[in-house]
Amino acid sequence: MADTILVVVEQREGKLNRVSWETITAGQAIAAATGWTLEAAVVGSGAASIAAEVAGKKVAKVYAIESAKLEPYTPDAFAAALKQFLTSKQPKLVLMPHTYQVRDFVPKLATAMGRTVISDCIGFKHEGGKLVFTRQMFQGKLAADVSFTSGAPWFVTFQNGSFRGDKAEAGASTAPVETVSVDIADGVIRNKPQEVFKEAKQAVDLTQAEVIVAVGRGIKEQKNIEIAKQLADALGGDLAASRPICDSGWLPMDRQIGSSGQTVAPKLYLALGISGAIQHIVGMKGSRAIIAVNKDSEAPIFEIADYAIVGNLFDIVPPLIEEVKKAKG
Amino acid sequence: MKQVPQKDAPLKLNESGTWIREDVSYEVNEPDAYALEEALRQREKHKGEVVVITSGPARAQQVLREALAKGADRAIHLEDDKFVGLDAFNTAKAIAAAIKDEQFDLIFTGLQSDDYGYAQTGVILAELLGWPHATIIMQIEKNETGIRVKRELEAGFFQFVDMPTPAVLTIQSGINKLRYATLIGIKQAKNKPLRKVSLAEVQSALGENLQKIEKLYIPQKTKKTEHIEGAPAEIAKKLVDKLRNELRVL
Repeated sequence: MADTILVVVEQREGKLNRVSWETITAGQAIAAATGWTLEAAVVGSGAASIAAEVAGKKVAKVYAIESAKLEPYTPDAFAAALKQFLTSKQPKLVLMPHTYQVRDFVPKLATAMGRTVISDCIGFKHEGGKLVFTRQMFQGKLAADVSFTSGAPWFVTFQNGSFRGDKAEAGASTAPVETVSVDIADGVIRNKPQEVFKEAKQAVDLTQAEVIVAVGRGIKEQKNIEIAKQLADALGGDLAASRPICDSGWLPMDRQIGSSGQTVAPKLYLALGISGAIQHIVGMKGSRAIIAVNKDSEAPIFEIADYAIVGNLFDIVPPLIEEVKKAKG
Repeated sequence: MKQVPQKDAPLKLNESGTWIREDVSYEVNEPDAYALEEALRQREKHKGEVVVITSGPARAQQVLREALAKGADRAIHLEDDKFVGLDAFNTAKAIAAAIKDEQFDLIFTGLQSDDYGYAQTGVILAELLGWPHATIIMQIEKNETGIRVKRELEAGFFQFVDMPTPAVLTIQSGINKLRYATLIGIKQAKNKPLRKVSLAEVQSALGENLQKIEKLYIPQKTKKTEHIEGAPAEIAKKLVDKLRNELRVL
């Protein structure tokens, strides 16, 4: 029997998290390289309607793993449900998107099964019959190819944006959907989650901005943010920041770009003194053009920049403001 | 807490291309600094004791010394060069073995490390101990039944979760404002207890690593980057030309 790849898609409040399509694309690519069978699963109460949506893609089968105890999400219930399911199905490889929810339960699940997770991967290689997964290390400065040395199931999570969700192939016919009821014993769930909420309305919506000037640690001091502000004003753009700047209170949280802030795709993203940690990059790598100014020539931000300026932002920005003003007349 | 290479330290690969050369500058993993700060603040509110633990070579003791100087009461050092090469599962097993006789109410970790970035050790440790956990925490309050924590979700969403103790929490950076060590603190730290645990003492709890770094390398660029060079005024002129003629944002 061929080995099986299982993609566990993510649902929140009965809706498919779109990042799941990227994981389906990843699963299809690995299936094509290895010849393994691709299946998918949805976990949660009311998973059936999402399973039907996933069944339109090129997958052999979709499982809807259901129990009333899976709502609301808790790591205890999700790990228990998937452990039961995976123990009976024995897939070779289990793929998930590297979301905050997956990060919350998948290390627990793997540990409960005596297995391991290669987390936050950005790709895979299949060479000479060996499957390795590529992930960023040291905040993206280096990359590593990592292999499993243990038995199945192998757990892998993929970083947001590593595969193209819109490239997930549709199936020739709809895949069969099987509902699986899991039994979660009383007392397994220890956490009591309350309602999900959004903190005070975001005053700034950066997702619509055409030009963004973003500052990182390289700005050094709060008072220096003023020159970035001047540049943003001159360009008719918005000011944004990486997480450490907002953590320090130098700019409000609603100006933060990255996994815990906003995800943007402006025409121009001008990064000043931003090293380019993964958590920041996932929030801006879709920008049409990226200009990066950083004094460290090895800063990971340059990996994704269209235009790189290695130098001191305090030397570069003032004349740039003047030139932009001149150009605008 | 974990010691990691300094953020802007230039990294060199070792000869076998499986890890970095050790001769770089190190610092405390930033999310772990927030975890320590939160522990100190909880102790200030509720009394008790703050214990810091790290695993790593002799150099990692610096992380513990700094934590003691900031106010931690005592420290545990799983000391051996080999601890660096353990995967997250084995690291968590080593920590669990080293603290088996302790009676902690809460264990805090940073939400991930700046070197591996696996974001797993805390959650694995919780499972090994049989404790509940919650991740990416932005607030912790004591209540009648245990604690109420605020979890950060994606895209600006949050959620409060009530949970019993003992528990493991992974702490998000920015949950609090970090303090600096005082001169008095640094002085006092010298007399605070620091227990060393050797690899031999926890070896029986460890297994083979379940995953292996086959190769570590400088990532291949996927994007064509144009370097703009010259004196600042020159760079500014060239950039404005790009902004106008290529990017059309002016």
